[in-house]
Amino acid sequence: MPGYCAVLLQLNLLDYFSFCFQWATLRMERGAKEKNQHLYKPYSNGIIAKEPVSLEQEIQEMRRGGAEPEFDMSDIFYFCRRGVESIVDDEVTKRFTAEELESWNLLTRSNYNFHHISTRLTALWGVGVLIRYGILLPLRVTLAFTGVGLLVVLTSVVGLFPNGRIKNYLSDKVHLMCYRICVRALTAIITYHDSENKPKNGGICVANHTSPIDVIILASDGCYAMVGQVHGGLMGVIQRAMVKACPHIWFERSEVKDRHLVAKRLSDHVADESKLPILIFPEGTCINNTSVMMFKKGSFEIGCKVYPVAIKYDPRFGDAFWNSSKFGMVNYLLHMMSSWAIVCSVWYLPPMSRMEGEDAVQFANRVKAAIARKGGLADLLWDGGLKRGKVKEVFKEEQQKLYSKVLVGSSEDRSRS
Amino acid sequence: MGSRASSLLREEDIEEIKKETGFSHSQITRLYSRFHSLDKGENGALSREDFQRIPELAINPLGDRIINAFFPEGEDQVNFRGFMRTLAHFRPVEDNEKNKDPTSGEPLNSRANKLLFAFRLYDLDRDDKISRDELLQVLRMMVGVNISDEQLGSIADRTIQEADTNGDMSISFSEFTKVLEKVDVEQKMSIRFLH
Repeated sequence: MPGYCAVLLQLNLLDYFSFCFQWATLRMERGAKEKNQHLYKPYSNGIIAKEPVSLEQEIQEMRRGGAEPEFDMSDIFYFCRRGVESIVDDEVTKRFTAEELESWNLLTRSNYNFHHISTRLTALWGVGVLIRYGILLPLRVTLAFTGVGLLVVLTSVVGLFPNGRIKNYLSDKVHLMCYRICVRALTAIITYHDSENKPKNGGICVANHTSPIDVIILASDGCYAMVGQVHGGLMGVIQRAMVKACPHIWFERSEVKDRHLVAKRLSDHVADESKLPILIFPEGTCINNTSVMMFKKGSFEIGCKVYPVAIKYDPRFGDAFWNSSKFGMVNYLLHMMSSWAIVCSVWYLPPMSRMEGEDAVQFANRVKAAIARKGGLADLLWDGGLKRGKVKEVFKEEQQKLYSKVLVGSSEDRSRS
Repeated sequence: MGSRASSLLREEDIEEIKKETGFSHSQITRLYSRFHSLDKGENGALSREDFQRIPELAINPLGDRIINAFFPEGEDQVNFRGFMRTLAHFRPVEDNEKNKDPTSGEPLNSRANKLLFAFRLYDLDRDDKISRDELLQVLRMMVGVNISDEQLGSIADRTIQEADTNGDMSISFSEFTKVLEKVDVEQKMSIRFLH
């Protein structure tokens, strides 16, 4: 009996939740079998098996032996198959919707098998709804308002102090306290790893971006200078208050287009050792936390130390991804505050600097690869801007050039012989 | 957040698609979920824009031709049945087809039907012949601006010369099949769908 109790105590709350979710999924599977129907299973292993063969390799393989003609009608098979493969499963479009879960976490928003829910399961779900909307949500909303309110008021108060050590000290304390209240407001359970690598003054902190909450998660463990566009409304009020206590970098809409201006302001900030490290999300948009997409090179051109940070959310308890084309900010926050919890891990990676002979893009890719590796995310070269925009023609032209080389290459060999 | 697509597909529909295409139940539901995620307008059918939103397809030199293959003559929308019918061409050819029914006609993923799919990519005006002009246009799509008109012209001429057996300066489907008889079409035009 005591041994049993000891084991129960060692399992924490999250383990109990996991157990519940797995039970819920098993119930659904059973329900489906009883009705002789099939359960929808998310394609976590992919719908198809792709082979990473290059264009040249495949086309050479396909060519019939003997005297190699320049062009073969079978060359079309390669493009055809690749095209249809991408229609069935491509690397990019699935990064902009929430990750699909193996087991159901008792939230309607992530359930794909409604008609297989038994009464017992519905009852459990009902209890879950009561707890989440009746108890957790009001508590969290109150905390959120408190946190934001305190931030605005206290930073304005700190702003009244003359610039100096005391002001910086107070500013840090105020920011940390308010962000920690916001963390409670989301019931975010965060595990920080390798804190000895925490960003220091005179550097830039880069992290992968999944949601606006990333800022709260990082800023509740360290002090950063934020970068962003000036907003109106409540955000604007918060921004103006924050900047009174310590220097953040807010850009006007018009200034954002001017890359030189942006780079100059960032470099000036970084050059001043008394100012806090800048927090930047180089992807430029929210990705669903299964991959890291192209880093914009702007932050990597400045030439200072870069502190990479990897953030990985556990989607079982509440998916933090903000699908900004589907949900507005308020809707999103309500979803967040009515989930079970936001569970995530943060890894502080050792600082990196640009090496000799490495340009900004290569440096950015190196940092991106390190973050992807640490967080267990797929490392993609695609631009997060593809969420909304079209892919550039130049990529198609590259494919055409590659194929032309295969064609023309063979005629060059022939003319030589 | 999350797709509820599987609940919109009825069991009878799944059975019919299974019979027509040979896909398994789980493959059909997963492909339906994919169809649903591509259908941004949520009207149960895909338009050409929906396909073009896939970056890997947009950079494929023959992307537009492939997209075209999904749409029946003169139509702008493809529903799930049509989507599956086209994808069925890429199912691997199994030795013992589970539903080997002599009256059901040739399966969509037979060697002949795979070749027909490729033939139609070349045959721009759908007149069952690949003319020199059509071949040139498709070649131009594949190479972009990297090869001169003359060189491309000679490539086209040589290809037609090699394939054309009845002297009409164009390639019919049977001539196309003959030219590719040694190529492992079954493997090159198949996608490994996972269960």
